[in-house]
Amino acid sequence: MSEAAATGHDHPQRATAFIKDHTRAQWHDQALWFVRTKRDRAIDLVPEWQTLRETAAAIKAHTVARLPEYLEQFEANATAAGATVHWARNAEEHNRIVLQLLQKNGVKRIVKSKSMLTEECHLNPFLEKHGIEVTDTDLGERIVQFRKEPPSHIVLPAIHLKKEDVGDTFAEHIGTPKGLADPQQLTEAARLHLREKFMQAEAGISGVNFAIAESGGVVVCTNEGNADLGCSLPKLHIACMGIEKLIPRVADLGVFTRLLARSATGQPVTTYTSHFHGPQAGGELHIVMVDNGRSQIRTSDDYRRSLNCIRCGACMNTCPVYRRSGGHSYGSTVPGPIGSILSPSSDPSAHRSLPFACTLCGSCTDVCPVKIDLHHQLLTWRKDLASKGFVAWTKRASMVVASFVMARPWLFRFAGTWGKRLGRWLPRALLMKGPAAWMNPWVRSRELPPLPAESFRAMMEKRGKQ
Amino acid sequence: MTAARRIGLFVPCYVDQLYPDVAMATLEVLEKQGLSVEFPSQQTCCGQPMANTGCDGQAEPLARRMVSLFAGYEHIVCPSGSCVAMVRHHYKSFFSADDAAYQHVRKNTFELTEYLTDVLKVERIPVRFPHRVGLHSSCHGLRELRLGHSSELGRGVPTQDRARHLLSGLQDITLVDLTRPDECCGFGGTFAVAEEAVSTMMGCDRIADHERAGAEVITAGDMSCLMHMEGLIKRQKKPTRIMHIAQILAGRPVAAGGPR
Repeated sequence: MSEAAATGHDHPQRATAFIKDHTRAQWHDQALWFVRTKRDRAIDLVPEWQTLRETAAAIKAHTVARLPEYLEQFEANATAAGATVHWARNAEEHNRIVLQLLQKNGVKRIVKSKSMLTEECHLNPFLEKHGIEVTDTDLGERIVQFRKEPPSHIVLPAIHLKKEDVGDTFAEHIGTPKGLADPQQLTEAARLHLREKFMQAEAGISGVNFAIAESGGVVVCTNEGNADLGCSLPKLHIACMGIEKLIPRVADLGVFTRLLARSATGQPVTTYTSHFHGPQAGGELHIVMVDNGRSQIRTSDDYRRSLNCIRCGACMNTCPVYRRSGGHSYGSTVPGPIGSILSPSSDPSAHRSLPFACTLCGSCTDVCPVKIDLHHQLLTWRKDLASKGFVAWTKRASMVVASFVMARPWLFRFAGTWGKRLGRWLPRALLMKGPAAWMNPWVRSRELPPLPAESFRAMMEKRGKQ
Repeated sequence: MTAARRIGLFVPCYVDQLYPDVAMATLEVLEKQGLSVEFPSQQTCCGQPMANTGCDGQAEPLARRMVSLFAGYEHIVCPSGSCVAMVRHHYKSFFSADDAAYQHVRKNTFELTEYLTDVLKVERIPVRFPHRVGLHSSCHGLRELRLGHSSELGRGVPTQDRARHLLSGLQDITLVDLTRPDECCGFGGTFAVAEEAVSTMMGCDRIADHERAGAEVITAGDMSCLMHMEGLIKRQKKPTRIMHIAQILAGRPVAAGGPR
């Protein structure tokens, strides 16, 4: 969070910087819109899509309501299957548990498959500080890891990069020929590079998509098979998960796997859906269950449903702001609409601009496979931020003035009449250029609305109809 | 039967001041249906700008004014999906659930195309509009009021699109097909100035979609979206015109220069 705190409340500034490269911003928008349309085609083949959404939301609501019971059930069943369950209240405890497990086993090199939780806990820099080599094995994550950048999307971590950027990165880090930008050849090079890392690794760390209370098993969904390789070759597997990943029964899983891949990329199912029930023969499976603020969210009637999230990324793909401002503009581990709800709960001051990086269009709410009322929660965050004093004074002051005027029809009328007269008399340059454009960003790219001589109420008086 | 109804015209504050003809066209469309419509002149603003900025303390007195001004009307009609959504879905924190005046206003405030289609059951409006028209689906009308079918829900959910239904009944009109049928224009209230760069890009992208589809006129149920797009169109000196749907339904010609 320190990274966002350092730069403060500046989604607009970062977005402006991203959009400055207009061609790239346009390409970013179109690439993600393509994923959204793929998703649309995929869900049209599932006539019961809305029923699935309802069912998934109901299962999540039920599970979150009885979370303590299900967590205990999961722990008992996972332990019975031979896994070891660890509990972490926050990111620091999570990181310490993982480090201790690695140190106890003398591990120096690990491979890691995609886990937004470990990103949230900033595990990589923590382990590296303690002398452990961490290799992200998801292709997109490996690319951003080379570039020392955070992922810009939770499913497509390197979506902000073009193939030429990837070519440059690989040329620098894994010795591909300079100028090589063929996706097939680049992927092949990454595959060879990663294969070596897999072979050398002494432990594998994975995220968890679903944990099943009834069976004590964890399920990991990937498209690259990197989790399977990373968790099968080494004898030590550490699975890190937020406590909201729980579902009650094996029978519930199908509801979510059907929703997840279609929502994420428009695939009917992820290429690999791997089930881990206990450790491999002669190995160890450790499951680290992390709270890190989730219990707090669980107590809130307004934000509880954000715990439904299955991290499919559909709200990012559909968000017209995200598509144009890029994931890094959010300055948080999870960007986009869901990130703009989750991030302020950990640090409202640092993430104060995020609930306002939104037109309240509601597309995220309609696309969400687990029916999180995202845009309403963003609106609720605005109220919470205002009551905490985290809304810019200029915005608040203008609303105080507007409310004062609007509560007095005579003043509204007076201000309307004289404002328009003034606007019509003043030279255009004074309204549109120089200090005016600095004070009123509206006119930087737009003409002012028309300033008619008469308001509707004045016309109605003439019509003599009141 | 309808003649006996007391209908209140709810005009968004900025429409009253900046786009009076949109309100006048709304009034005319309703009067052509044989309704007697009143404009309570003490009305100002529903409080949405304040609420959407998180300033509930500033929105609440305006919400209370709205409800007390309109509680005496059987139906309240407004040419804006966004302002109606405010009244219908976002007043609940300002009133107790058993407040009769609030419940009456909440249940009986309608967006114009919704009122024409769902309440008056209008099938066809006898107006000729020989133009290629792009229909911009304003987000709050679409996803808060469900006036149409949002693309995210997929084909499994059939919903009538009120505006499209009314427009397609006009004589000689051509409704063009957009690549992204319901993407936001990027207005978003204070978003338009606070996030000026994103807002502008969103607006330009929307306009380009309409242009590619060959629209002469962009219309919508919300003047705020159109005000934003009009500002961009005029700055870029583009030929595309914008008109509120009430103006088209009232038979205004395009040559009048759009929403004056």
